[in-house]
Order: sequence, then C-alpha cells, then structure tokens
Amino acid sequence: MSAGSIPSGDQIKDPGYPTASENYLTNSKGVLSWLFTLDHKRIGVMYLIGVMTAFFAAGLLALLIRLHLFRPDGAVFTGPEANNWYNQVFTLHGAIMVFLFIIPSIPAALGNFLVPVMLGAKDVAFPRLNLSSFYLWIFGAIFFVSALMASGLDTGWTFYTPYSTTTDTSVILATSGAFILGFSSIFTGLNFIVTINTMRPPGMTWFRMPLFLWATYATSIIQVLATPVLGITLLLLIAERVMHIGIFDPEFNGDPVTFQHFFWFYSHPAVYIMILPAFGVISDLISVHSHKRIFGYRFIAYSSIAIALLGFLVWGHHMFTAGMGPMTTIIFSALTFTVSVPSAIKVFNWLATMYKGSISLTTPMCFAIAFIFLFTIGGLTGLHLGTLATDMHLHDTYFVVAHFHYVMVGGTLVSFLGALFHWWPKMFGKMYSEFGGRLSALIIFLGFNLTFLPQFVLGSRGMPRRYATYDPEFQTLHQVSTLGTLLLGVGLLVALVVLIRSLLKGERAPANPWGGATLEWQCTSPPPFYNFDRPPAVGDPYDFSDIFWDTENERYVTVVPERKTVPTEKPEPAHAEGTH
Amino acid sequence: MSTIEAAAENAHDAHGQHHDHDHPSFLAHHFDTPEQQFDSGKLGIWLFLVTEILFFSGMFCAYAIFRMLRPDVFEGCSQFLNTKLGAINTGVLLFSSLTMAWAVRCSQVKQDRGLVGMLAATLSCAMIFLGVKAIEYSHKWEMGLLPAGMFFYDPANPHPESHTNYLFYICLPFMILLGGVVIWLLTSLVTKNRFHIQCAMPLTVAAACFFVGIGLGMVLESGDSEHVSDSHHSEVDHLAGNSPQVTMINSGDTEVLERLAADATNSGAKSELTARQRQFETAGTTIVQEGDDIAGAIVSVEENVMTKRKAGVFFSIYYCMTGVHAIHILVGIGFLVWLLVRAVRKDFNPQYFGPVDYVGLYWHLVDLIWIYLFPLLYLIR
Amino acid sequence: MSAHGDSKDGYDFAHPIPVPMLLAVFGALVVLTIITVAQASFDIGSLDIVVVMVIATIKAALVMAFFMHMAYDKPFNVIVFLSSFAFVALFLIFTMSDSSQTSPDFEPVIEEAATEMASPAVEAPAASE
Repeated sequence: MSAGSIPSGDQIKDPGYPTASENYLTNSKGVLSWLFTLDHKRIGVMYLIGVMTAFFAAGLLALLIRLHLFRPDGAVFTGPEANNWYNQVFTLHGAIMVFLFIIPSIPAALGNFLVPVMLGAKDVAFPRLNLSSFYLWIFGAIFFVSALMASGLDTGWTFYTPYSTTTDTSVILATSGAFILGFSSIFTGLNFIVTINTMRPPGMTWFRMPLFLWATYATSIIQVLATPVLGITLLLLIAERVMHIGIFDPEFNGDPVTFQHFFWFYSHPAVYIMILPAFGVISDLISVHSHKRIFGYRFIAYSSIAIALLGFLVWGHHMFTAGMGPMTTIIFSALTFTVSVPSAIKVFNWLATMYKGSISLTTPMCFAIAFIFLFTIGGLTGLHLGTLATDMHLHDTYFVVAHFHYVMVGGTLVSFLGALFHWWPKMFGKMYSEFGGRLSALIIFLGFNLTFLPQFVLGSRGMPRRYATYDPEFQTLHQVSTLGTLLLGVGLLVALVVLIRSLLKGERAPANPWGGATLEWQCTSPPPFYNFDRPPAVGDPYDFSDIFWDTENERYVTVVPERKTVPTEKPEPAHAEGTH
Repeated sequence: MSTIEAAAENAHDAHGQHHDHDHPSFLAHHFDTPEQQFDSGKLGIWLFLVTEILFFSGMFCAYAIFRMLRPDVFEGCSQFLNTKLGAINTGVLLFSSLTMAWAVRCSQVKQDRGLVGMLAATLSCAMIFLGVKAIEYSHKWEMGLLPAGMFFYDPANPHPESHTNYLFYICLPFMILLGGVVIWLLTSLVTKNRFHIQCAMPLTVAAACFFVGIGLGMVLESGDSEHVSDSHHSEVDHLAGNSPQVTMINSGDTEVLERLAADATNSGAKSELTARQRQFETAGTTIVQEGDDIAGAIVSVEENVMTKRKAGVFFSIYYCMTGVHAIHILVGIGFLVWLLVRAVRKDFNPQYFGPVDYVGLYWHLVDLIWIYLFPLLYLIR
Repeated sequence: MSAHGDSKDGYDFAHPIPVPMLLAVFGALVVLTIITVAQASFDIGSLDIVVVMVIATIKAALVMAFFMHMAYDKPFNVIVFLSSFAFVALFLIFTMSDSSQTSPDFEPVIEEAATEMASPAVEAPAASE
C-alpha cells in the first residue's frame, strides 16, 4: 500500500462532512430533544457522560482507599468509626465501578453508537427500549447515590449473607439500585441481539461482520441469560431482610453458601460481560492501526461465543473457601482452565495480526498494545487463582485484588480508552492532540503497573483484602501502590483534558482518519442523524487494500478503480478466424 | 452518497421520499419491511421470555434445594394449599391461554370484534385468577401461615381472632378499579362516545370478574377449610403416633465412656457423658450413637413440622413464587388492557399484528410457569 | 430478509392457527390437568415427583408448540427459548448437588430445652475441674 499517492484516474469515495442539520449532534436543539431522543447515537453519548461521571466518583473513592492505606494504622479515617468508614468506601467503590461503570461502559456508551452504524442500519431494533435502558441506568444511579447519602453500605459489593441480611446499612436501597441496573443491562443486550440478527445489510453474512459486533453479540447473550439470576437473587435478599424468608439464614434451615451460588452464577458471567466487548474493540484497533487483515477471524469470532458459554460453567471458583463440597470445588477448578483457552487464542491472533503489519503508533494503538500486555498478566494470574490448591492461600488476599484490577482496569478500562480515542473523531467530528493522547497512554500504563504490581506481592505474602489496617511489614509495598494511584490519576486526567480540548479546539475530523474498512468509516464524522441514506455496499471488514492515505487532506479514502464503460483500446482480431 | 460534497440536494429529498407508500404508518422508520419488523419483535419477545425463565429459575432452585433436604416439611405443609382452588386456577389460566391464542388468530385474520372479545375473555380469566389468589392469601394470613420470620400458626388454634380483615384490604384497589371503570362506562354512555363505550364495556366485565373469583374462592375455601385442618391434624397425629422402630443393640461405647468418666482426671469424658445424658433426656426418643448397629429403619420421626423454621420456610418459598407470579399477572393485565384499547381502535391487520402476538407469548409464559407451580406446590403427597 | 418459517397462503408471514386445533389443544390440557390432580391421590412414593413433572412437561410442550406457535416458528427462536432451560438445569444441578453434599440436617437440639441445658453444661466442666 503506497503512502500518499493515489493512482490517477481512480475514483475517490469519501463522504465529506455533514451539514449542521444533518449532524446528529446539532440536528435538533434543546435539552428535551436530548432527553426524549430516540437516536441511538445521542443515547450513546448520554451514556458516555453518565458512565464517565460514575467512573470519576468511584475513582475518587479508590483514591481515598489508597490514601488511607498509606500508613499501617490508616492515614485518612481515624477514630472508633474508622473501619466502618473504610468498609463503606471500598464497598461503594466496588459497587459503583461494577454496576454503574464497567458493565455498561463499552456496550452501552460505545456499542449503542456503533452497532447500527457498523451494520449500515438506521437505528437499533427497539429505539424506545434503548432510551428506557438509559433511564433505568439513571434510576439505578439515583438509588446508589441515595444509599450513599443514607446509612451507606458496608457489605462489600458482593452482598454476602448473613452480614447483608443483618447489617443496618442501606442494603435495600443499594440492591434495588442494582436490580434496576440489571434491567438496563438486559434490555441493552436484548436490543443488540435482535439488531444484529435481523438488521444486517444485504451481503453482510455472519462472517463478514466486524469482530466488534461478534463481541457485542456474545456479550449480549450473557447479559440476557445471566442478569435475571442476579435480579432474583437481589429480590430474595431484600425479601430476606424484610420478611425473613429464611432461605439464606441457617436459623431457618437456610445456607449462606446458597446465596453465594446464586450471586456468582450471575457475577462470574458478568466479568465476561466486562471483558468481551473490550476484546472486540482490540480486534478492530489492532487490525486497523496495523493496516493488516485480522489474523484468524473465525477463531476470534468463535472464541467470543465460546467464552460466553463456558463462562457459565465456572462460577464456583469464587467460592473455593466458602464451604462447598470437595467434589464441587474440584469440578469447578477443572472447568476454570477451559475458559482460559479462548482468551489465549485471541491474544495469539492479535499478536499474529501485528506481525509484519504497517503499525502506526497512534493513541488507540498505544492503548491496544498496553491492553495486550496488561490483560495477559491479568489472565495468567487468574490461572493461579483458578488452581484449587493455590487459591486456598490466595483467596481473599491482595492477589485477587491485583488480578481483577489487571483484567478490569488494565483490560477493560484501557480498551475503553483506546476505543474512545479511536472512535472519538467519528462520534464528535474532532481530532485530538496525538502527543497528548500518547502521553496519557504512557502515564496510565506506568501508573497502573506501579499501583497493582506490588499488590500481587502483597497478596502472596499474606496481606488480606478489605482490611483497613495492616502489619507494618507491608507498608513499603502499600506506599508504592498509593504513589502509583496518584500517577494513574494524573494519566486519566491528561486523557480527559486531551479529549475535552479536542471538542473545543480540535481539527475537523475526516470520515476515515485511521483507514478502517468497516462501515462506520463510510459515513461522515459525525454521522448524519439517519446514518446512511441507503444501506452501504458491504465488503470485507478487514480488507485494507483499497484504502489509501490522501496526504493533501490528511485523511484516508476508499479508492475505486475507474470503471471504463467503453474500451480505450481496440481489441485484437481473434487468431482462430484464419486470415492474417 | 449522503453528504454535501456529493449530491447534497438529492440526499435530503431521497431520504424524504422514502416515507410514502413503501412505509405504512405501522412500519417503524428503521425497518425496511413489515416482515422484518415482525421478525425483530418476535426474536425480542422470545429473548425476554428467556430472561423471565432465568428469573424464575432462582426460586425454583431454592424450592428444589429445600424439597430435597426437607421433604417431610413439604409434605406436611402442602395440606394447607387447597387443591381444588389450585386446580380451578389452573383451568382458568389454561382457558385464558386458549382465548389469548384465539385472539392472536383473530388479529391475523382481521376479525376485530372477535379480537376484542377474546382479549376481554383473557382479561376476565386473569382477574378471576387474582380473585381466587386473594382468598387463598388472606385466609392463610389470618391463620398465621406466613414467611418464616413472621410465622405464627398454632395447631391448637388454627383460626385465631383476626383484627385486620386482610381480604378487604386486598379487594380495596380492585373495588376502586371497578368503580373507576364503571364511572368511565357511564360517562361514555351519557356522552355517546362509541370508542369509549366499546373500551369501557369489556373492561367493566373484566374488572367485575375479580369478584367472581373472590366468590368462587369463598365457596370452595369454606367448604374445605375444616376438612383441611382436620386432615392436617390427623397427619400430625399420624406422625406423632409412630415411634421409631429403633433398638440399640451394641452400646459398648457408653460402657467404655462410663469407665473412663469414673476417673476424676478425665473431665472431658465426664462432660461428654453428662451431655449425652441431657441429650437423652431432652430428646423424646432414643439416641443413636456413632458406631452402633441398628436393627430397624426409622419409619418416621416425631416432630412438629409447623414451626417457624420448617413450615415457615415452605411458606416463604410459596409466597415468593406465587407472589412474583401474581406480579407478572398484574403486569400482563396492564398490557392486555393496552392491547384491548388498540384493538377497539382497529390498529391490527394481517401485516401488523405483532403486539398481540408478543403479549400473547408473554401470557403463555405466565401460564407455563403456573403449569409447573401448581403440581410442585399443591400436589405434594 | 429470510422467509418466515411457515406462512399460510394469502398471508405474507402470518400463520393463523385453525380454531379446531386450538380447542383440541385446550381439551388435551384439561384432560392432563385432571390426570395430574388424580394421580396425587395415589401414593407412588418417590416416583411421585417424576410423574408430576412428566405430565407438567407434556402440558408445557403443548402450550409451547401450539399456543406459542413454536411448531411453526423459525428454528432459531425455538433454539433460543429451549436453550434457556439448559442453563436453568445447569444452575439447579450444580447448586443442588453442592447443597446435598454440604448440608447435613441443620436442625440442632430442640429449642427451649437446649438453651436451659446449655448454660449448666458449660459450667459443669469448670465445676469438675
């Protein structure tokens, strides 16, 4: 592929720029036009604002945790209620991050925007349901905030009985919030499954879909199957608190381990809801920024579905020390190993994609490479925890904390940021400072590792999780971790500043700033409110051979060879005619 | 293609022109054909039903665990659930499924009056079901058969003087509803608004059917209640009468323990012996020690099932399952009313009958769940 | 798009079920309900729950196939719905088997007598020391 030279005579296909009345951001004005919009793109943007706010709030709580842990006796909370305050802080950090940020992040904030556009469709299958999902998210958030304002929540985000049924904090408010958020998640998943099933354009078979859509589809399957079980679990928990139904209470022949079974049957597949969309993003990012066809498309597609299904078989690995029967623990441990295989397949395929590609180290690519590194560490340490024998020692230590932060923050958050930087020009029509973006990626990478790598060591040396104070022997590692948090916070702030500045002062974005081949790059940046006038022609989503860099206009364009309807050369007479 | 640099003038017009005969009013703008719209909605509602199945699965799991661990509790308590009323409710729901499926057929062949009639019949059945449920619930609350934490049933005094008339409070919202619908009917008759009359009449019938259910429940419950408690008492006596056929053959262990306990330094053995003695005294029957050989099998153990910890849990599960099911019926009623109004407005035709079909599927799921709940709760022997 | 499963002549994608079929299915359901209630009065021991579930499943299959149109619907929708039962089974089987392994009878010694006896029992070893 030549850089900067387009063969002359060929036709350039570029949609150009939208007018103000076409641009979905400006085609109708006023707060009400946003609050009652049915446009999936606007809903996606509202979700984006919502989840970023939740992330900021829960991030402040995380900062509070780490500052408190700077000293063995606790540096922030003092007095007789110090430990209670600490319990509330880590509970709300976890609950807000899990339910309000990570689960909706990529599917709702980015998926809502991208799924119809990648399909060349005008909207999702059920636009009003989509808006309801958003409002359910808002209601759930309100419930969490009110739980915070009321007596707080100190059960841990996992709500284990019997503490959650007997503590006098605002468990009911928080679980009601989580229940409502569950419905938001279910409806989003339902919408995506139907959209991808019935609204694909002519020519887009299953295996000509972008991998982001495969990932979204697999995520939606999990959302639809697993979240209702969380719903009933939380409902039964509320009933247990209010009416003492006795199911989880040994006083009444109940069993707290039953609660854990019910809870983790959802919450383990939930972690795959968190990571699968991230995988889908990375597949697209690596391929586009390496300007090379994705390696092993079918393997990646099938592995997404495999992870979704296998993820339902392994929930017991969160309960190895809870008091399950020995046979059960062995079975769950064995099954846990199977679910690591599809994830590994993906990592190999991404690396193979990068090999001999023409890599542009743009901001999204920096985040994608960081993802591969961080997720690999997170995934491998998951195997440490999935092994029954080692988990006996590592369960409920900082090793677990480090593991899930590596996969959720180093995995999903890094991928989310990469996706944000990748599709920001498409969503808002502005380019951002590449220097600023790459700087933020670097600081985030360094800060993150500084925060969580020491925690693996802490955990394996015995530091328990959810403890407000600790033995002085752990102090150095905790302090390193806290410094890392500050650095991570700076990096995230830089990223925020870069993106906000782009909205105010950024250059106008072309339709295809990165050279992608999927359909979303064939409409303007930002897209018109109707996405596409008519369904676009569907090609191979990872075939970059007809995409060229147009140097004068600093954009990628699709080049179509000139169609000659009249031959320019006279054809030679056929030799078989005899007479020469 | 769709921008200013290409054919800008055409873009808008072309987009605008797409909204005419190709796009009837019932076809949403983002779908290309009515069939695509129908298929999407169908898949959507099937996925929603999947979530409902998974939602109920939690309670079925709790049921399964408890029935597996305490089958005697389940047998004892099932006596309190009136099988006749349960069977009637099952029949009523099955009939409502029939009328609902028939309503879907009517919408597909454009039989508008049939559609309204069938929807009204489905609604009426739903209200009858709720009426019977109201009787069952209020009766149990008066007897104290409540979830575990609030359980206060006393076999000696099964029908205590109740200060609160639970039945009245349950009926109150339905009475208000009936009153409201009747007022709507009367005002629409006065104003001669055909549309309102056609909506209000079937809704009045449906609202009144709640009290048909109440009446049905009262007739059958009073006929059976004495019978039920008698049979329960006889069950308890039956349980108490059978003492376990256990004889201890080898109690060598106790002899060894007594010899050890005779030595004052073996305080552990002594307290073990004391504990066993007390256990023997408090237990109404013989104790089986570890390592003993037992000649006979335990036929039944004398114990009172009607305690908070045992029957209470059964009723917790009962109320959770039937309560969540009843909530689903209420939501279904809401959707059926919406459908009825749309049917009176003649919204549906052979190209657009999706909503009726989808609500129908939901309603059949509600029936499906009851098909499983009825034998699992009411027919345990 | 793809053709709808099975559509009747004259309809694009609708498939109205004939009334006699609806009534026949209803009749079968009522008969099965009567059978189910009747079998409850016979004591067949542990087979009881199996029989009851089998009859309930036959009723459910009738409702699903005819009232819910599954017999004439796209195979994909059928697979979607039936697969949910597979996940329910998975959930129930694992949880129940674990419960049966780890839940001995929770019922401790009888309530009031135990609390009275408990305190002297605690004191007795101290006294004998």
